[in-house]
Amino acid sequence: MATMIEAENLTKYYGEQRAVDDLSFTVQPGVVTGFLGPNGSGKSTTMRLILELDAPSSGDVTVNGKHYRDHAAPLHEVGALLEARSVHTGRSAYNHLLALAQTHGIGRRRVDELIDLVGLHDVARKRAGKFSLGMGQRLGIAAALLGDPSTIMLDEPVNGLDPEGILWVRHLLRGLAAEGRTVFVSSHLMSEMSLTADHLIVIGRGRKIADMSTDEFIRQASGGLVLVRTPQAAELEALLSGPDVTVTAAGPGLLEVRGLTAVQIGEAAAANQLVLHELTPQQASLEEAFMTLTRDDVEFKAAELEPEEAVL
Amino acid sequence: MSAVSQAQQIPRLAHTGRVTQLRVALSEWTKLRSLRSTLWSLFAGVLLTILLPVLFAAITSSHWGSMSPHERADRHPLDIALAGVNVSQLAIAVLGVLVITGEYSTGMIRASFTAVPKRLPVLWAKTAVFAVVAFLLMLPPVLIAFFASQAILSRHHILQISFSHPGVARSIIGGAVYLMLVGIFALGIGAIVRNTAGAIATFAGIFFVIPPLMNILPSNWNHAISKYLPSEAGRQLFSLTHDANSFSPGAGALLFVGYCALTFAIAAVLLVRRDT
Repeated sequence: MATMIEAENLTKYYGEQRAVDDLSFTVQPGVVTGFLGPNGSGKSTTMRLILELDAPSSGDVTVNGKHYRDHAAPLHEVGALLEARSVHTGRSAYNHLLALAQTHGIGRRRVDELIDLVGLHDVARKRAGKFSLGMGQRLGIAAALLGDPSTIMLDEPVNGLDPEGILWVRHLLRGLAAEGRTVFVSSHLMSEMSLTADHLIVIGRGRKIADMSTDEFIRQASGGLVLVRTPQAAELEALLSGPDVTVTAAGPGLLEVRGLTAVQIGEAAAANQLVLHELTPQQASLEEAFMTLTRDDVEFKAAELEPEEAVL
Repeated sequence: MSAVSQAQQIPRLAHTGRVTQLRVALSEWTKLRSLRSTLWSLFAGVLLTILLPVLFAAITSSHWGSMSPHERADRHPLDIALAGVNVSQLAIAVLGVLVITGEYSTGMIRASFTAVPKRLPVLWAKTAVFAVVAFLLMLPPVLIAFFASQAILSRHHILQISFSHPGVARSIIGGAVYLMLVGIFALGIGAIVRNTAGAIATFAGIFFVIPPLMNILPSNWNHAISKYLPSEAGRQLFSLTHDANSFSPGAGALLFVGYCALTFAIAAVLLVRRDT
């Protein structure tokens, strides 16, 4: 059976505010899918729509082929950690998990198991209201794993975690994906996603900007920049110049070339007996790639909206 | 490497059950018993229901000698025995409200509705569990209050009334039923309003503000309207005497149950439709 999340033309308005805009995507099992976007871009809303905590204004989303609400054992289908706190502050971690477990006939042993797994053993009987942000995240992750779900959906799971906790989450997500589960994890931390996610869905202002593998995303966004150091800069510049190629001088004897691969540049130089001291393809960090993409989106949106707003 | 940084296997669950109404009820029982605020409200309700009648009985007994015949005639043993109900209804109502608004204020409702996305089973389970707990917990206190106040007033034969006297058992047990229904009504309001302060204010408005306002109306209007108020209709459950301006215990109870049902119909529709 296909275990995945499928969103089709998902749109959500809160009053006049459009939080999610015609979003279509599929989250596949067996890999970690990162859900990226700046704060307020609609990630949390999308996750609430998947869980049917909020109803979409239009469009549809299903989990494992059904609306979340129509599953007989919802916690077995999706385990979710939402960004907003979802714990009664007056209840202990143990009783919180127990109450959730009991809705599915899951026993106390499972609750104990998960409390140990997330490392909350010593504070399980303390009121959740006294928990630090990191402990709250661990409790939320325990709740998400309670029903042994085929899909795990975590909204900003590393928020408030210490480095050890971040590493733990990273290993956990990788392990869950390796078991064949669908792992959908949101973040605004691009660097974290580059270490965790195999696939990325990037949104800005509720709209999908990119949906591709993490490698592909970095390659595209870096724009194929190659750094070339040569004592014969002027000759090389003249040689490489062409309609789809831009060459800019970045310093004495230093060129930035776009539109050609390092291989093409090296072979052209050799064929013309030009000396190269350095030939380095530049990989943009995920952070930069993301900034480039969302900045374009924001500018595009602003330009598009202006005439309409003028009419209004 | 510490254990925490190793790739961890999530222990598999041997058996995953489906969500049933009974399981949701068990979950709601766990929620109810695991909050200190719940236990305190119930404790306050129990204490007030017993202590106030005992206190009033003691005062009445000790001042009996100095009371005028008119004052003496005004005293009714059942009024004393059930004095606590009027006060503890507030504790029960606050608890009824908190059972649901506490989930909204803390965000717990998102976890509850993620586990039970059909949502209505949560409302039914909360109501059923709370109703059973409220009734079972309030029944002994009204009985204790009756027998304790009667014992304290034993020197005054005019204030003695037998439990088997017509209407007495119904009034006493009716007191506990009334408290349960008040809690249910308050829970329904909580589910509609979703905010603790707003829901308690709404309840207080309906139960404590509107009834005295009726006295401003011409008395024939007041008599015609007042008996239809939820508080007045419900009160007939534990009133010994009934006149032309009030419903019989059965009719009053039925009307109050009707108000509860109406509240829950609205709450149920909103619960399913609204975003969380």
